[in-house]
Amino acid sequence: MLEITEGSHAVAKAVKMSRPQVIAAYPITPQTHIVETLADMVANGELDAEYITVESEFSALSACIGASAAGSRTYSATTSQGLALMFEVCFNVSGMRLPIVMTIANRALGAPLSIWNDQQDSISLRDCGWIQFYAEDNQEATDLHYIAYKVAESVEVLLPAFVCFDGFILSHTYEPVDMLSQEDVDRYLPAYKPFQKLDSDDPISMGMYATPEYYLEFRYEHDQAMKRAKDVISKAGKEFGEMFGRDYSALVEGYRLEDADTAIVAMGSLCGTIKDSIDEMRLAGKKVGLLKIRCFRPFPAEEIRNALSHVKRVAVLDKNVSIGAKGAVAIEVRDALYGKTMPVLGYILGLGGRDVRISDIKNIISLAESGKGDQFYGLRTEVL
Amino acid sequence: MRELRIHGRGGQGSVTAAELIAVAAFEGGVYAQAFPAFGVERRGAPVQAFVRFNDHVIRLRSQVYEPDYIIVQDSTLIKDVNVFLGVKPGGIVIVNSGKKIDASVPAGVKLITIDATSIALEVLGLPITNTTLMGAFAAASGEIKFSALENALRHRFPGELAEKNIRAALKAFEIVKGGA
Repeated sequence: MLEITEGSHAVAKAVKMSRPQVIAAYPITPQTHIVETLADMVANGELDAEYITVESEFSALSACIGASAAGSRTYSATTSQGLALMFEVCFNVSGMRLPIVMTIANRALGAPLSIWNDQQDSISLRDCGWIQFYAEDNQEATDLHYIAYKVAESVEVLLPAFVCFDGFILSHTYEPVDMLSQEDVDRYLPAYKPFQKLDSDDPISMGMYATPEYYLEFRYEHDQAMKRAKDVISKAGKEFGEMFGRDYSALVEGYRLEDADTAIVAMGSLCGTIKDSIDEMRLAGKKVGLLKIRCFRPFPAEEIRNALSHVKRVAVLDKNVSIGAKGAVAIEVRDALYGKTMPVLGYILGLGGRDVRISDIKNIISLAESGKGDQFYGLRTEVL
Repeated sequence: MRELRIHGRGGQGSVTAAELIAVAAFEGGVYAQAFPAFGVERRGAPVQAFVRFNDHVIRLRSQVYEPDYIIVQDSTLIKDVNVFLGVKPGGIVIVNSGKKIDASVPAGVKLITIDATSIALEVLGLPITNTTLMGAFAAASGEIKFSALENALRHRFPGELAEKNIRAALKAFEIVKGGA
């Protein structure tokens, strides 16, 4: 049913309907409303789950490891400095192949301190072996949680997943969201049946020591699982579409891209503003289109290459920067297009909550058309 | 698409006003989007909140720079912040003030002043003006029905508190309707 609600509340409801058995989280802006709402739901008896309050994000995700290893459907949420504090634990979760789902309300990293949005936090953890989804709006943000659990818990995958949505820009926005019913969610996402778990009657060890004779193979298997996740995501997204009418089978999604000369590539809430910008530019006769990356890990290189093979130039918008190199998405898109001749130009923008307007997207298209790129966009003139 | 920008000070409920206006607009069958200006929320600091109204899904995520409507909760902000910046021709500006305000709106823009602080003090016993100004906005803009506003307030606030806020909003609604 379509209802108007805050993004964080919509996500909390989706998490509740996913029936997590254990939640361990530590509140941090702008993620707080999600875990506050879930804590209320558990306290009110609306959600039959164990809510573990902890003293830090490190402990939150560590508690999740125990819960997930014991066979529970497990959830957490964090952002920015909180995710940074989880760095070590994130590798342990994925290395132990625990299908934990964690919402990231994307926020900049300090110093300087910023509570505002960019995607530096989750992008900085791109190599930690978790699946990474990015939501354009609160509809996607809610739906992707059901899909994330389905994919993560699949025996072909068994990997944890981030569902990333832009802090404040989505988390604090009221907008209509079509919420599924509990019956619908139960049909799509049955109870979690762990492939293996810690069980005192049938003891196993998890997360053991790997000597040089074995470690490489563990990493290979982990990478293979992530690659298999592409098909599993497509299938889970297609099934979701067949059941509820919103198809998430594509890891990347084109908008007015078929006949575009210039393609913009972006992730997250920026895609909505870009779509409005494209409609305006199309009216003025400019052939511009968007390729939205919904799934950043596994990286859909082949899909990107196929979707962009016909364009004359590519402008990649990054709400992150790999300092000393480029934006992470630009680097990977260029890699996906290796051997192609069109220019792939990167623009770093919107860091630390800098607003991005339609006029900015139009300016970037003009820059791309004149071959100027690989730059920070929208800098205050005093630093130039 | 129509856009509203609310100026207030931290603690005056500008974000709540934006949310409830969006909820009321949605009840009326339009797509609505409400969000805060993500400021350093401190009591007394200037804050902004935004609402968009549209006949189909709203994709735009930038802040509001050329509003059709502006609500100013505190007229002392006019000295510090260019609260009328970007207002569209034909737009409506609602300022909470008991006096004639010492500023002019751009040509072609309708200025409505209403002493929301006095109404709120009388009805709520508190100088919290957001719900009173929501009533004024409903009357001036026609974007939301008063009945939808009532529902939104009853959904957000418990019992008598909701009824008090509805009375404050209704008072402003009638004053603005009467003046129009």
